[in-house]
Amino acid sequence: MKGPLDFPLLRQVLGEDKLGRGPAVKSRRSELRARTATADRVVGSVCPYCAVGCAQQIFVKDEEIVQIEGDPDAPHSRGRLCPKGAATKQLTTGSSRERRVLYRRPGAADWERLDLDTAMDMIADRVVRDRAEGWEDEEDGDLLHRCMSIAALGGATLDNEENYLIKKLLTGLGIIQIENQARVCHSSTVVGLGTSFGRGASSTLPGDLQNSDLIVLEGSNMAEAHPVAYQWVVEAKARGATIVHVDPHYSRTSAMADHFVPLRAGTDIAFLGGVINHVLTTESDFREYVLAYTNASTIVGEDFEEAGADGLFSGYDAGEMSYDPESWQYEGAFVNAASGQRDQEGNVDRLQKSELGGPGGRGHIQRDETLQHPRCVWQIMKRHYAAYTPEMVEKVCGVPKDVFADVCRLFVENSGRERTTAFVHGVGWTQHTIGSQYIRAASVLQLLLGNVGRPGGGVMAMRGHASIQGSSDIPTLFDTLPGYIPMPHAHGHDDLDDFIAADAPARGFWGNMRDYAVSLLKAWWGEAATAENDFCFGYLPRLTGSHSTYDTTMAMVEGKVKGFFLFGQNPAVGSANNRMQRLGMSKLDWLVVRDFSLIESATWWKDGPEIESGEIRTEEIDTEVFFLPAAAHTEKEGTFTNTQRMLQWHNKAVEPKDDQRSDLWFTYHLGRKIRERLAGSEEERDRPILDLTWDYPTEGPLEEPSAEAVLEEINGRGPDGKMLSAYTELKADGSTACGCWIYCGCFADGVNQTARRTPKEEQNWTGGEWAWAWPANRRILYNRASAGPSGKPWSERKKLVWWDEGQGEWTGLDTPDFEATKRPDYVPDEDAVGPAAIRGDEPFIMQADGRGWLFAPAGVADGPLPTHYEPQDSPVRNRLHEHQRDPARQLYEHEWNRYHPDPDEPGAGVFPIVATTYRLTEHFTAGGMSRWTPYLAELQPEFFVEVSPELAAERGLEHSGWATIVSARGAVEARVMVTDRMTPLRVDGRAVHQIGMPYHWGPNGIARGDSMNELSSMALDPSSHIQEVKALSVDVLPGRRPRGAARTGLVEDYRRRAGITAATGVS
Amino acid sequence: MSPRRTERPVAADDYYGRPIIKPPVWEEREIAGYLFLGGLAGASSILAAGADLRGRPALARRSRVMATGAVGLSLAALIKDLGRPARFLNMLRVFKPTSPMSVGVWILVGYAPLAAGAAASDVLGQRPRLGRVAGLGGAALGSGVATYTAALIANTAVPVWHEGRRELPWLFAGSAAGAAAGWGLVVAPRAENEPAVRMAVLGALAELGAERLMERRLGMIAEPLHEGTAGRRLRIAKALTAAGALGAGLLGRRSRPAAIASGAALLAGSAFTRFGLFEAGMASARDPKYTVEPQRRRLAARG
Amino acid sequence: MAEPATTQRMGFFTDTSICIGCKACEVACKEWNEVPDDLVGWAGRSHDNSEGLGANRWRHVAFIEQRAPLGDQRANFQRDGGDFRWLMESDVCKHCTHAACLDACPTGAIFRTEFDTVVVQADICNGCGYCVPACPYGVLDKREEDGRIFKCTLCYDRLGEGEEPACAKACPTDSIQFGELEELRERAGDRVQELHERGVADARLYGEDPDDGVGGAGAFFLLLDDPEVYGLPPDPVVTTRDLPETWKHVGLAAGALLAGAAACFARSGR
Repeated sequence: MKGPLDFPLLRQVLGEDKLGRGPAVKSRRSELRARTATADRVVGSVCPYCAVGCAQQIFVKDEEIVQIEGDPDAPHSRGRLCPKGAATKQLTTGSSRERRVLYRRPGAADWERLDLDTAMDMIADRVVRDRAEGWEDEEDGDLLHRCMSIAALGGATLDNEENYLIKKLLTGLGIIQIENQARVCHSSTVVGLGTSFGRGASSTLPGDLQNSDLIVLEGSNMAEAHPVAYQWVVEAKARGATIVHVDPHYSRTSAMADHFVPLRAGTDIAFLGGVINHVLTTESDFREYVLAYTNASTIVGEDFEEAGADGLFSGYDAGEMSYDPESWQYEGAFVNAASGQRDQEGNVDRLQKSELGGPGGRGHIQRDETLQHPRCVWQIMKRHYAAYTPEMVEKVCGVPKDVFADVCRLFVENSGRERTTAFVHGVGWTQHTIGSQYIRAASVLQLLLGNVGRPGGGVMAMRGHASIQGSSDIPTLFDTLPGYIPMPHAHGHDDLDDFIAADAPARGFWGNMRDYAVSLLKAWWGEAATAENDFCFGYLPRLTGSHSTYDTTMAMVEGKVKGFFLFGQNPAVGSANNRMQRLGMSKLDWLVVRDFSLIESATWWKDGPEIESGEIRTEEIDTEVFFLPAAAHTEKEGTFTNTQRMLQWHNKAVEPKDDQRSDLWFTYHLGRKIRERLAGSEEERDRPILDLTWDYPTEGPLEEPSAEAVLEEINGRGPDGKMLSAYTELKADGSTACGCWIYCGCFADGVNQTARRTPKEEQNWTGGEWAWAWPANRRILYNRASAGPSGKPWSERKKLVWWDEGQGEWTGLDTPDFEATKRPDYVPDEDAVGPAAIRGDEPFIMQADGRGWLFAPAGVADGPLPTHYEPQDSPVRNRLHEHQRDPARQLYEHEWNRYHPDPDEPGAGVFPIVATTYRLTEHFTAGGMSRWTPYLAELQPEFFVEVSPELAAERGLEHSGWATIVSARGAVEARVMVTDRMTPLRVDGRAVHQIGMPYHWGPNGIARGDSMNELSSMALDPSSHIQEVKALSVDVLPGRRPRGAARTGLVEDYRRRAGITAATGVS
Repeated sequence: MSPRRTERPVAADDYYGRPIIKPPVWEEREIAGYLFLGGLAGASSILAAGADLRGRPALARRSRVMATGAVGLSLAALIKDLGRPARFLNMLRVFKPTSPMSVGVWILVGYAPLAAGAAASDVLGQRPRLGRVAGLGGAALGSGVATYTAALIANTAVPVWHEGRRELPWLFAGSAAGAAAGWGLVVAPRAENEPAVRMAVLGALAELGAERLMERRLGMIAEPLHEGTAGRRLRIAKALTAAGALGAGLLGRRSRPAAIASGAALLAGSAFTRFGLFEAGMASARDPKYTVEPQRRRLAARG
Repeated sequence: MAEPATTQRMGFFTDTSICIGCKACEVACKEWNEVPDDLVGWAGRSHDNSEGLGANRWRHVAFIEQRAPLGDQRANFQRDGGDFRWLMESDVCKHCTHAACLDACPTGAIFRTEFDTVVVQADICNGCGYCVPACPYGVLDKREEDGRIFKCTLCYDRLGEGEEPACAKACPTDSIQFGELEELRERAGDRVQELHERGVADARLYGEDPDDGVGGAGAFFLLLDDPEVYGLPPDPVVTTRDLPETWKHVGLAAGALLAGAAACFARSGR
């Protein structure tokens, strides 16, 4: 109503609302409408934070984002968001994002402005200059064809299309030191799952957890790191499932669990080995499954020697600190691993001189179905795990026998035909010097219990970045090419034949590696790649050993690296041993940082701890620093691949502002400028970059390259130029081109399958109609195993896919992970190779023997069976084996990367406390996307350390006071959180204290604090090259840390007291 | 700001000692002052009306002037304390019988012009008959102005105020009478101040009596009335009020200086009473136990 | 999914037994309602680093750590019995049936909507602050830099479009449920039953009873301990329930003041 009668007092007197508490007093301004309803358009997008990949809707009005919230149609996230996802609008439209290019001259004390085009030209000039300088053609006869003076780090937060262009351009330039967060997060998962099952990615999806009868969360703080995926755990619990959380630290994940099992950080293999031993000795395995689907019955060669008391398998070279795995091979056969350390030096000669015969000269695998043969995997495992008794578990892990017995009982009760158990793990398992073996141990257990490939089973790897799975699949990683094709090594990879011969198995789908490799070479070098020139295989730069991000750090420290690109990654906080990271960067000639805000890795030269301590003076740092503001996911289109292998297309909502650009734009135009500069060059080394296919259509005033065109190249084209529909269409004759064979089909029928958004209500729980998952849109891998050998589901309750005799094909709730029409009773003939060599009842089609690997004859650098070794820095002696630490671990010698003494060495007592690390719900990894976001920063404003009341009393720590934490690498200060959630454990007859530290903070941003990684060391898993940051030893003191030089002094004093030298902890 | 606890918080009967209800966001000077001035104004109008009818012109005029000044000041204080003073008139947008603040504002809107009119006619010597009518009206509404503020603060979740709802109106009435009488004693010539003396004694008796009753009935919630700043203020208030009443009663009629001193004491006593009660309410709101314990006992009693 | 716009009474049921303390509700609320950030720094109250409900925080998650068992959950700590539980609760305005803030508001800025929710109209509020001490839960507060009072609106604007409130939509575990109050009360009753059967004896509803001191809350909770442990009043009462009694005494006192004054003028000389 309007007019004079509209006056509230009159409305009150004349109307119904006599007391003036309702309509009478309503203001006309309260007749408002929701921004969501008045928006001009709604854009489908995906959350940019973790790898759950929650679907988002972006509401746009007048070309500005007015709201971002969850998409209720999504089957995996159901419209829900965690605090980070809920803060996406503030992240992308808030004031904390930089909008202009910044430039720091050598020796300068501060930034200056630079115009974008000039910056791009300067960067292109430097790449061309330093590439020539650092070029290596060959090393004692072996082709190298690479550039070692330039490196890149980052990609897990980028789109697949962006990672693809980065890998393509840099590889074309001969650069091999390309890494991203996937190395430091989940590389161990790739090795562990890949060698066990055939594919290095999560075997299932979070939504499948609702089907579990038992969910064991171990090495994962799922409720905090992946809250929206945790809804499926809550759902399972509501359906009667039991939840177990095994962790050193009681987190928000534990609060929901039926059983919290505290264990000492770094002892999970002893724990899992104990469960494996229980299953083996009580024979409570799923025997039919084990016999048919695993290599339990396979006989191992007689040269194999088991790791006994000393903890060493056969083939160990103490001098090299590494294994030659040849003796681990099967009797009378040779199998390649589907993942991990696939290339073993000498494979080629080995195979050439071997008289194995059989298909591909790989011999015939021998089995004993009675499992009695002393050298069959089953018997070897029984002997290997015999020492992993409940008493030993209690002694090593600090888990009381009765608690451990409960866990064993739960596993057995909830596995078999009618019931399934799922494992959920995160970086709590991967980030160890034996991380790959943690994942292997879980895989072994799941195979024994028959939980792989079935609903509610599997190993759910919770990955941490929007596209970290994608940046592993289309790797900005040094050791693989797209689709997990290994990068060629300098030795014995002179031509494509040798490469395939050395790295591809004869049987299974990896037997078709030549199809995948040639199609990739065609995608990259197009017309230039011909059968005559080996499809430009020679253009690929060659590896010589490990070139992980930590090897690159050392190369930087030694001054071998001139230029470094950072794509949305913050090593000065996120990588182990921050000091070494900064030290390395300070030796660069130039550094390019592409990010939202001025992260620590962009400003160390003016405000890093070494500047404060006076060890380095800003004016003496000659590094040129370019800061290029990045576009957000809302300002570009492309795909993220989430933790369930699902590629989701996100649309552009608005244009980026000022100098903000996508990494697609940056990489494409940088490549363009470099090619312009090299045009007409006669240099041999310039052929690959000049022949590279680099003609992507651009759109709009910013000349943004078309992400869809890049995705089409990734999907692949046939001879007729049409989009391919499946990787089975790929050919080795050069008639097909495909940028990433496992992604082939994401553009099937010329339709962008990743953009599909069929509402959850219109499909089954697998969500097969939402976006697209690799491979071939299969949502649960190895799902052939959900049916028995005969093709019938093990049980009605747990059915997923089955053989339809009538139709003569596999069918079910999910896309079968099997050749659609291969009968269950199919038996290949003697000399069959490739997929045809896989029986109708062998579900692990990527494996050289079609089986799940309990015993890994190849692929894992530190042994065929998971074995417990203590962390690099541990106050506890290894009670299971004489070898204290992983005998093949990767170490780095530098005065600022010292390790801690052995438990029984003098000085061991100096670092008596076990520390572990984890994420908080409110922050994101190294903080670049949360410490600058006010709504998130205010929720966890400061770095803190969680300590038990017992330790607090012992060390005089006061709740909400300060503590200083010290290691041989550094000293940090943190607010003290005294909490019952931390508990001392009785280990080996004595109390061991553990502390917990979230690792999100650094000196920049709104929420500030010291970085936990000042304490950690560079000590790596030999298979995955991942650092150990989930278990280390430290000392804790009350009060704040010393400032300036005194801080370094404190660390040096500790080293002196502990008697630490270059020789400490490296034996 | 939050009280930072250094000892580790363990399971307790409260949430880290945080208040459950929000203490009022009112400024003490403005709102406690408003309580005092409102009382002074209202009661002064009453005293003035009496004096006018009974032909005590000086007492009448000077009380009318004080009533006008006090109500003006109290309105100013009320407006100043608003988060958006410019929006004071929104108070007149609606009449909320459930809101003592609304009722009070409407009373003030009626009262202020009458009080001012009476004073003006008196001082300017214009329209005496109209002035007297205004004065009588002002006295009638003044009784409301002097006492409604008790309902204003009692109608909150603040333990001391809400639980004191029965006694507060009497206490405020007495305190208002004391203040007005105090002013009367200060400004009225001896020949005219007898009613003021009587009013002083009656007011003091009412105030002290009501306060005593309240303290007894409130039980543990009465703690803030005795402790800290509030306790101190209220002890001073009692002393001043008692002394003022005594002084007025014994010497007020005989010695002018004694009358002035007693009057000043009564005025001060009334002010201290209001500021003391204001602070006692704040204290009872800040400590969760005054919210929790009575409610628990209530639940237990209900079984 | 969002409910269709309705004249049914809409509300929240917050089931703290499945709250994972993620604070998505706090952030989603701030994003939608454009609530200012309020960094107060480390507080050390478990994972709670904020000032609780107020003008700049309309959803607030409380964290309580206790050495006590929760149903048949086992923490297996190696200290006195090993029992431990971590309670988390997302608090919010209760949207009372008898809302003290609404009764107290002198300007009509606070009103009851067609969804039976209680909303402060920012274009009317003059910041008198009377509603602040009136609320028995301490929900409302003055935004200092602004001068006006703010609190949860139960996303009045979204409800108008048939959308659910931002916090409920974001909540990853559905701990915050939005819907028709009657239906929510039934669901909550069943949930308590279920928890009791699972041995969680401490589970109880808070604010669902239409006969309580505020006539039942439009936003009610399933708690796992006494309300005061979460910072909630055990037996809140709408203050206006006692207003008639108060007015009676005010009236008598006012009359007595007049009478007393009259008496002061009685039988004195001329």
